[in-house]
Amino acid sequence: MSVISIFFTALFYISLIVFLIGMVKKIYQFGITPAPLKIPIAPTPLTQKGVVMRIIREIVLFESLFRSNKWIWLFGWLFHIGLLLILIRHIRYFWPDDLPDIFLLTQSFKYAAFVMVIGLIGLMLRRIFVERIRYISAPSDYLMLIMLLIIGISGMIMTFTSNHTDIIMVKEFASGLVSFNWQNLPTEVYFLIHIFLVFVLMAIFPISKLLHMPGIFFSPTLNQVDNARSKRHIAPWALKQEQEHAIRLEQILGKDE
Amino acid sequence: MVKEFDIPALPTYLETPKLKEGAMDGEGPFKSAQEFQNPLGFPGEKVDNWQKVAIDKMGELKSKYRSVQVFLDSCVKCGACTDKCHYFLGSSDPKNMPVARQDLFRSVYRRHFTFAGKYFPKLVGAKELDNEMLDDWYNYFHQCSQCRRCSVFCPYGIDTAEISMAAREVLDVVGIGQKYCNQILGKALTIGNNLGLPEPALRDTLLDLEEEIEEETGGIAVKYPLDQKGAEILLITPSADFFAEPHIDGLIGYGKVFHQDGVSWTLSSYASEGANFGMFIGSYDVMRKAALRIRKAALDLEVSRVMVGECGHAWRVAYSFWNTLSGVGVGAADEFSQKLQDQLDHRYPQPQHIIEYTHDLIQRGKLVFDKSANDDRTVTFHDSCNVARATNMGGILGGQFILPREVIKAVCNNYVDMERSTIKESTFCCGGGGGLLTDDLMEIRVKGAMPRMQALKTVEKDNGVNTLAAICAICKSQFSKVLPKFDFDPYMIVSVHQLVSEAIIMDKRKIEFQEDKSEVD
Repeated sequence: MSVISIFFTALFYISLIVFLIGMVKKIYQFGITPAPLKIPIAPTPLTQKGVVMRIIREIVLFESLFRSNKWIWLFGWLFHIGLLLILIRHIRYFWPDDLPDIFLLTQSFKYAAFVMVIGLIGLMLRRIFVERIRYISAPSDYLMLIMLLIIGISGMIMTFTSNHTDIIMVKEFASGLVSFNWQNLPTEVYFLIHIFLVFVLMAIFPISKLLHMPGIFFSPTLNQVDNARSKRHIAPWALKQEQEHAIRLEQILGKDE
Repeated sequence: MVKEFDIPALPTYLETPKLKEGAMDGEGPFKSAQEFQNPLGFPGEKVDNWQKVAIDKMGELKSKYRSVQVFLDSCVKCGACTDKCHYFLGSSDPKNMPVARQDLFRSVYRRHFTFAGKYFPKLVGAKELDNEMLDDWYNYFHQCSQCRRCSVFCPYGIDTAEISMAAREVLDVVGIGQKYCNQILGKALTIGNNLGLPEPALRDTLLDLEEEIEEETGGIAVKYPLDQKGAEILLITPSADFFAEPHIDGLIGYGKVFHQDGVSWTLSSYASEGANFGMFIGSYDVMRKAALRIRKAALDLEVSRVMVGECGHAWRVAYSFWNTLSGVGVGAADEFSQKLQDQLDHRYPQPQHIIEYTHDLIQRGKLVFDKSANDDRTVTFHDSCNVARATNMGGILGGQFILPREVIKAVCNNYVDMERSTIKESTFCCGGGGGLLTDDLMEIRVKGAMPRMQALKTVEKDNGVNTLAAICAICKSQFSKVLPKFDFDPYMIVSVHQLVSEAIIMDKRKIEFQEDKSEVD
C-alpha cells in the first residue's frame, strides 16, 4: 500500500472511532440527564402517539422551521434531503460485493448533489447577507458550510465533469475499509479533498453543532407528552431530595410558622 | 435613575428592525440586597471566587436539567428565532435575539465544558466568564420574559426560558439577585402572598368586597370565604386579584360564578398567592417551597378540589409542575401527597383552572347571561404566554386557546381575534412577564409591548376593538401601564371573569323558585 493510502485508511478509522465514542458518550449524557419538569412546548400533543408523530414531522418536514422562516426552511430542507439521498447512493462504494438490483433505483440520486449544493449556497448567502444571522455566526459556522460545500462540489466534479476518478478503485478502497481488506485509493486531488473533509467532518461531529442530530430526539420541549396532571413526572435527584427532606417538610407542614 | 427613552411607533405591519448594537445596554434591574438574598439561601453580595462558583453551578445545572445540556449543544445558529422575540422587535438590540441571548450563556459553556471551546475558543465563539460577561448576563437575562415564543419556532424546540432561568440561578448563587423577584419571594414564603398582605388585612379586603357586591347587585350576598375548613374548593389566585385594577373585577366574577353554582369554596390566608416567582429565578427548590404552602393549605382546609385563578405563570406551575413539586394531582408516593390524593375528588382535574370550571358550568347550562350587558364592548383575547405555550385546559388539543374564547363568546356578542401570527401558540408576550414587572425595567417593558400593541392597534382600527381580555395578573398590570403609552385607553384591559361578571344574571335561582311556587299555587 502507498503511504497516502495508509494515511487515509488510518484517518478513516481514527475518525470513525472518534465519531462513535463521541456520539455514544454524548447520547449517554443526554440520556442520563433527567428532565425534572414537564416543559413541552405548544402546540403540544396530549398522547405518546402524538409526540412520536410530532418528532417524525420535525425530522422529515422540519415543521417548526417551516412555521418560522420559509427561506431557511427551503434551503435547510433542500440541503438535508439532498445529503440523505447522496448518502444512500454512497452505500454502493462500501458494499463489499456486486450490487443488488435495488441499487439501480439509487442511480439517479446523484442529481441530489445539485439539490444539496443549492441548499448550502442558500444557507451560506443568508449567513453572509442577512444582518441578524451574520451577527450570531461564529467562524465555525461558516467553516462548516464551506466544508460541506467543498465536499459536495468536489463530488460533483468527479461525477459530472471529465475529472472522473477510478470508480473501481474507489469501491475497492471503500469496501476494503468495511471488510478490513485494505486497498490503495485513487490519488486524484478532488477525491482526496473529498474524503479528507468527510473524515474530518465525521471526527468533529460529536464536538460540534452537528449534535443537533441526536439532540432533537432528546429535546424535552418536543419529546414530552402533555399529561402532567394525570401522570406524575419526577427526576431521580428531585425524588431523592424530596425523600431526604421529608422530615423537615413534615415539621413545616405541621405548624403555621 | 430611570432613563428617558422613546416610545416605539406602531407600524402598520410588524417589521424586523435593523440591528442597533448596545441599544439596551445597561445595568439591568435593581439588585437584591442581603436581606432578600439570604432567606432564599443565596449570598448577599457577589462572592469573592464568583467565577469558580458560577462555573461549578453551570456544571451542576447542565447535569440536572436535560433541557440545558441539550439546548446548549444543539443550536446550529440557523437564525429562525432571530426575529421572534418581542424584546428584540421592540428594542433592536441584537442581544435580545433569542439565540444571541442564549449565546451569552452558551459561549461560556463552550469555553469551560467543550473540547472545541477549550482549545479553539475563537473558532467556535467561546468566551470567558469575566465581569463584562456577568454584567451582560444580568442585564440581558432580565430582558427575557421566559415567554417561550422562540421555542415554538426553533426546529429543535430550544427554549430560551430554560437558559434564562439557568443563568438567573447562577447569578443568584454568586450573590447577584434581582431585587424585585427575590424581595417578593421573601414575602410569599413568609406571609403567604407577594403583596405581603397579612390575614387580617386580607379578611377586611374580602369583607369590603362582599359589601360592595351586595350593594351593586341589590342585595345578593356573594361571599368570599377565608380559611373555611371543609369547603369543597380551595381557590388559589394571584394576590393582585385582591387589590389591583382591573384584577379585582375578575375576583368579583369568580365569586359570582361560585355563588351561582352554589358550591362551597374558600381562599386560604396561609397560601394566598397563586403566583410563584420561584419559576422566574429558575430555582426548583424555591419554587417547590412556594408550591408546598398550597399543598399544606389544601390539607389543612380539607378541601376536595384545588382551583387556580387567572394567572399565567401560576397556571403553568400548577398545571405542569404541582404534581411534580408537591404531588397535587396523581401519583406521588409521600405521606402528605397520599393524604391529599385521598382527599381530592378525582372526578375533576386537579388542579383545575377557573376558566375550565366556568366553561363547564356554561356547557351544562348552569349559568345564565345577559350578553347585551357587554354590548358596548368589542372584545379581543390576549393569549398569555404561559397559559398558551406551557399548559392545557379541558384536556383537549389546544384547549387553552379554545376554552377562554368560548367563555368570552358566551358572555359577549362582539368578539374578534387579533392577527393569527400574534395569538395562540404564537402569541406575543405583554412585555412584563418573567419577573420584569417592575418600574426599574420600564424601558424594556414598553419596548417589548410594541408587537402586541401593534396587533391590537390593527383590530382597533379595522374592527373597533375597545376591550382587551386576559387571564393573567401580570398581563393585566403590564397592560394597564403600557396601554396609555401607545395611545390606548388603560381601562380597556379586563379580566375574562370581569366580562362574565358583567353579563351573569344573578337572581336566576330566585326566579326559578318563584316560578315553581306559582305553578304549585
